[in-house]
Amino acid sequence: MIFRAKGIPLHINELLVGIITRNPEKQGEQLIFIGDAAPYGDYLAILSCAPASYTGLPTVFNISSLDHLADGDIVSIGPDGIVRTVYRTNSFYNTILATERCNSNCLMCSQPPKDKNDIPYLFELYRRVIPLIPKDCVELTVSGGEPTLMGERFFELLELITRELPDTEVHVLTNGRSFAWDHLAERLARIDNPRLMLGIPVYADYYQVHDHIVQARGAFDQTILGLHNLARHGIRLEIRVVLHQQSIPRLTRLARYIFKNLPFAEHVTFMGLEYTGYTPHNIEQLWIDPYDYNNELTEAVEFLAGQGMHVSIYNAQLCVMPERLWPYARKSISDWKNDYLPACESCSKLDDCGGLFTWNLKKCSAYIQPLSA
Amino acid sequence: MVETLIQRNTRKFKAPDFYAGSGNVYFLLPFRFHRLNDRKEVLVNEVGDHLVVPTGTAARIVQRKLRREDEAELYGDLIAGFFIAEQQLPPLIDVLATRYRTKKSFLDQFTSLHLFVITLRCEHTCHYCQVSRVTSNKDEFDMRYEHINKGIDLMLRSPGEYLTMEFQGGEALLAFDKIVYAIERTKPLALEKGKQMTYVICTNLAVLDEDVLAYCQANNVLLSTSLDGPGFIHNQNRRRPGNNSYELTIKGIEMARQWLGPGNLSALMTTTNLSLDHPLAIVDEYFQQGFRSIFLRPISPYGFALKNEKKNKYEIERFITFYKTALQHILNYNRDGEFFREEYATIILKKILTPFPVGYVDLNSPAGSITNAILFNYDGAVYASDESRMLAESGDYTFRLGHLDTHDYEAVFYGEKAQELADVMVNEALPGCSECAFQSYCGADPVHNHATQGSVWGYRPTSTFCQKNMELIRYLIELMDSDPQVKQIFEGWVSQRRAS
Repeated sequence: MIFRAKGIPLHINELLVGIITRNPEKQGEQLIFIGDAAPYGDYLAILSCAPASYTGLPTVFNISSLDHLADGDIVSIGPDGIVRTVYRTNSFYNTILATERCNSNCLMCSQPPKDKNDIPYLFELYRRVIPLIPKDCVELTVSGGEPTLMGERFFELLELITRELPDTEVHVLTNGRSFAWDHLAERLARIDNPRLMLGIPVYADYYQVHDHIVQARGAFDQTILGLHNLARHGIRLEIRVVLHQQSIPRLTRLARYIFKNLPFAEHVTFMGLEYTGYTPHNIEQLWIDPYDYNNELTEAVEFLAGQGMHVSIYNAQLCVMPERLWPYARKSISDWKNDYLPACESCSKLDDCGGLFTWNLKKCSAYIQPLSA
Repeated sequence: MVETLIQRNTRKFKAPDFYAGSGNVYFLLPFRFHRLNDRKEVLVNEVGDHLVVPTGTAARIVQRKLRREDEAELYGDLIAGFFIAEQQLPPLIDVLATRYRTKKSFLDQFTSLHLFVITLRCEHTCHYCQVSRVTSNKDEFDMRYEHINKGIDLMLRSPGEYLTMEFQGGEALLAFDKIVYAIERTKPLALEKGKQMTYVICTNLAVLDEDVLAYCQANNVLLSTSLDGPGFIHNQNRRRPGNNSYELTIKGIEMARQWLGPGNLSALMTTTNLSLDHPLAIVDEYFQQGFRSIFLRPISPYGFALKNEKKNKYEIERFITFYKTALQHILNYNRDGEFFREEYATIILKKILTPFPVGYVDLNSPAGSITNAILFNYDGAVYASDESRMLAESGDYTFRLGHLDTHDYEAVFYGEKAQELADVMVNEALPGCSECAFQSYCGADPVHNHATQGSVWGYRPTSTFCQKNMELIRYLIELMDSDPQVKQIFEGWVSQRRAS
């Protein structure tokens, strides 16, 4: 999936954000027209694969291809001629990247943090994107980096989403550490969005293991306190557990810890390791074939589900896990990152299987095999 | 906004040791311990989480002989489980506080169970019953309308939103007209005060008829009956003319299930001397009659075992043996894939395995008397519990809190008598209980103490309440520790789930 295109900019002096259309009948100052012949009309900008010519409007020429953009997609255009897709109208998986900064540095981070201050730029971008998003958008993820590092802008962003998209499920992925300060949990609660849910990782019941995994001292205590503060203010919570060599040894203890100390969590998800970002670098201390943690995963999942908690398994293949875990396995991988092995083609369960991350094709369980009907 | 981003020069990964606390100093959080068997002991923290460890571990923890480097897993378990902390004031102390508050939150609702002894009349002459009368004298042995009215008024003063009104006897159905009167009077008043009512009739089902069932069906009234086991035990225990109590009960159970659905009828058994020899037959009888739970209720201390310590000890040991045999038999049903649970174990297991409050009247601290349950007797007297009024029938009025004619809500629930009792209702503050590992799984029972030992404080070394609960709790933990399958089954009982 392509999220970026580049061409030769003309008359683009500032960041432009608009909605793609190829229909010359439609006009409007929020619309960005794609076409080689310059139309006469009221558009925010023109995108074209043709060589430069006069349009009278801000234009990016000479773009090698624009086939990845559908009418209704939202893009940003910079003075550098780069066209970024920020919202895909035909996808259920749209993410608002709040910042690439992070106060943790997880061993298996799939999107390693960057220490530059991107917050003013990204805030301004999404402040303009959010009002353009279709009102029937089903779900929107706010991710990072660590979104709460935006500070007050984090809450302003969520307020904007709540106001503009009242029917959209909003899923914020955060390490929860900031909410150890109760006034921030309270601030979030004041937004009063019943469709808001935070996904917060807890990797162990014991601080040293969790802190090592997230590479931050004190992170475990902050996250647990944060979860309690958020729960007290009625914020809906999901707990996310990534499965790897460091988290497996205490996994069954973690399940019991969650039930005893975090029973208010609305959802607990166990997620397979993504082979991207930091993971290849740390693979020696992370890798365990998913087949080899089936016992621990089964006990953890069945314990929590048995106690009435809602449990899911993400990023896992049906053929690797015991059949009793199939009811918990979800097809969770975003469309553009989802793939299967050649062996999967003859599998009878292919349609029910979550498959693999594209980047996991080169590092996956040795036990993947087609299932017969 | 607190700036939580740490300025760092490098994002180079660090080894696990970097994230461990410094040094080997640790502090003790409140926890207690108990020997499970020759090899193991159990540690229990302040909110009831337990950890089974090798014998001698508690001593080593206290003597600061534990070293993280040598026993990383145990050390992690102790930190994660709120047994020790590396700071004098642990960072997650507020989580512990929330857990504690949650465990005790059964107190928030205050009195929920309201027992109305609607009549003392009965057509049975069960040999373990100390209260009922075979008589047709309604004036003397039925609850009078003005007492019913006043009882309802006191009940609706409870701060709780969910209230249970339970009709007892005698045989409650002999005064069915008064039950109907009481429910009909309560309905509009409860609606007005925003109370959610549950109505229960305790009955031996012998005089059950379709009029009663039709009313129960229309008004969501639950039935609670007695089934002591197979016919030869039940009829021996529960005498009535014609010696057909068992047959009538079974017929009544079938009828009640047809009318009300299987979930709206429950049965209780009472263990007698005869029962003690037949644990398997009693369990089988419950299973065959379609019950998927059984409550193995101990011998009542108010009958044959009263104030005789030597005999009590013997009897309670017999009961414990009976209980264990029955429990193993029940576990076998579960091993065969059936869901079938023992209710007393389930109550204790909920306290051991879940973070939630368990409001079982006979196993609470503060005790369930008054704080959870109150009893209005047929003659208008108010008692702290069902057992309290049984004592009163033998002339002991220690737990009489007042009378509906003379005492208002404040005088009953906050009066001198209630305050006296409150002193001995908290096992955290009772000698022998205050340092007990099983404190948070157990409760205080001043009525039992008084009845069996002549002191509301009680004396733990010879207390049958203590002997029974200590051993049963120890046994349940030992079973879970020694057999993962049992642990799974028990976790299923706690959550109403069939073990896979």
